[in-house]
Amino acid sequence: MHLDVRLPLGLLFLLLGLVLIVYGFTSRPAIYVQHSLGLNVNLFWGAVFALFGAVILALTRRGKH
Amino acid sequence: MRSLHHVPFLATIGGSGIHDVILQLAGVDYLILGVYLAFVIAIGWILRKYLKTSADFFESGRSLPAWVCALGFIGANLGAQEVIGMAASGAKYGIATCHFYWLCAIPAMVFVGVFMMPFYYGSKAHSVPEYLKFRYDEKTRAFNALSFAVMTVFSSGISMHALALLLHSILGVDYGLCIAVSSLIVLIYIYTGGLTSAIYNEVLQFFLIVFGLLPLVLLGLKDIGGWHGLTTQLQGYSTAQGMPGAWGHLWANMGDTKANPMGIEWFGLVMGGGFVGAFGYWCTDFLVIQRAMAAKDMSSARRTPLLAAFPKMFFPALVILPGMLAVALFQRGAGFNLPLAADGTPNYNMVVPAMLAQYFPNGMLGIGLTALMASFMSGMAGNVTAFNTVFTYDLYQSYLHKGASDAHLVRVGRITTVVGLLISVACAYAARQYNNIMDMLQLVFAFVNAPLFAVFLLGMFWRRATGNGAFFGLLLGTLSAAVFHGLSLPAGEAVGIKGGWLGAHWIFGSSMAQNFWVYIFAFVGCFVGTTVISLATPPNKTDDQLRGLVYSLTEKIRDVGTKWYARPAVLGVVVLAGAVALNIIFW
Repeated sequence: MHLDVRLPLGLLFLLLGLVLIVYGFTSRPAIYVQHSLGLNVNLFWGAVFALFGAVILALTRRGKH
Repeated sequence: MRSLHHVPFLATIGGSGIHDVILQLAGVDYLILGVYLAFVIAIGWILRKYLKTSADFFESGRSLPAWVCALGFIGANLGAQEVIGMAASGAKYGIATCHFYWLCAIPAMVFVGVFMMPFYYGSKAHSVPEYLKFRYDEKTRAFNALSFAVMTVFSSGISMHALALLLHSILGVDYGLCIAVSSLIVLIYIYTGGLTSAIYNEVLQFFLIVFGLLPLVLLGLKDIGGWHGLTTQLQGYSTAQGMPGAWGHLWANMGDTKANPMGIEWFGLVMGGGFVGAFGYWCTDFLVIQRAMAAKDMSSARRTPLLAAFPKMFFPALVILPGMLAVALFQRGAGFNLPLAADGTPNYNMVVPAMLAQYFPNGMLGIGLTALMASFMSGMAGNVTAFNTVFTYDLYQSYLHKGASDAHLVRVGRITTVVGLLISVACAYAARQYNNIMDMLQLVFAFVNAPLFAVFLLGMFWRRATGNGAFFGLLLGTLSAAVFHGLSLPAGEAVGIKGGWLGAHWIFGSSMAQNFWVYIFAFVGCFVGTTVISLATPPNKTDDQLRGLVYSLTEKIRDVGTKWYARPAVLGVVVLAGAVALNIIFW
């Protein structure tokens, strides 16, 4: 059986999401005022990335059974 | 659409120095890019284990589920020319740019899925040119294979060139380094994993673009005051440009070439863009068809373009809206400037980088940049996989080395991948040297690609069409395109590569409008030529040989066993209804 494309897809988004979340916590708030209307877009969108990745990974596991 | 958006934007990447877009990357952005590139290469590396036969390498063993093929289908089309070019058009033309989706894509995608895929997939041809061999004759196939091979390596070279130019301009990275790295990465993942690797990466890239651009649009919309704020500013901008309403309407300003910034009227738009251009691309271009032909069964192959049409319908919100937002923000004033070209006119191609610089802090900036890189590379990879398949099956195996073993073909496919990328690199450097190369390529697309659909249409739905009819019909189509091009000229352009070399009898509002009319003439020339010559020549195939290749001689597919909502006809109707609704809403 082939590699299920959902595995690398889910892993990539989960990993990138975690990177964004960590950076969102550690970065200076000033960059969000300067760019993204004061919204910590890294934290928020990192969570979206990680969630999407996790859902895809769950689908991958379900697909195996 | 390949022919429209490859070319025009390239000449104007780079800035004037006044409002240059420079992105300041941080460590986190490089980390994100690095993670993505590692995944890309790892996918090829893992897939190489599963790659045993030439069918695996060139056709993914015809084993992929419909949704994977559909995302590959749309991903291969979603090169960076699409992302950057569509946002540029969104700024330049406003919401009317959506015609490239709801008019010039959806109907053609439905047609290829419902009506044409049964012949492509069912004929067991490896490629679109091979279908032409089965249906017509050897010379028609050779003509198509050769012109297609040339176009794909050029396209991939231009993708590469655009990427290098962009990164050089916004990050200051060395041009040669960009070319070397991007071609090497594409080489590694196709060499190791073949078509499957390309499609898998297109799936990743699809989601990266969706999730990478969505926050850009949301932040832009929030900033401008929502949809209402956007339309108000666009209204002001349209009036300021002397074309009231143009940026906010799809059709309302299409009655007069002077009332819309595209410089076109509805007939040329519908027939040239929506019919000839769109059907010529979506229904005959092996680059996209190859993705559907990799599906595991007929039903999946037919559903591939139909499932792809659903996200395609909503893509304007991701790729066109950023351009419209840029114009609206500029109209509102207060801090956002449209990037300018050296001559002081707006440089629309830098709209996406400018929006990234405006709204994305480090972190998300890395995601945005990765999405752009991903789209450039998959644009390249799509061309390279189509090229190696057509070269290996339609040129090498047919003319250079008949009866080659399967392992030999895989080897040839891999070598062709290397050679194709090397030629692409040469094309990239040529494009950097001579700006005319882009115009030249635009012409080749219009002259060679536009007539093609006539030959497929007649071939699939009229059994009397003959090999000679098709071949000489194609030549006639190319000839009529060339003659019309020679007799027409976009307003304000010099006689020469833009047309008018037989005397500029027709002046068009824009080169897009001229192109659409070149398409129309190419199609009509080929259609009439193929019909007349076919009737004048004896049929070269028996009805038995044409079974499975022509509509009237092929058993109708009964979708029994498929759930009603998964049937191609049902999906097609739903998508079409959606497209019609969108056209009415944004009239």
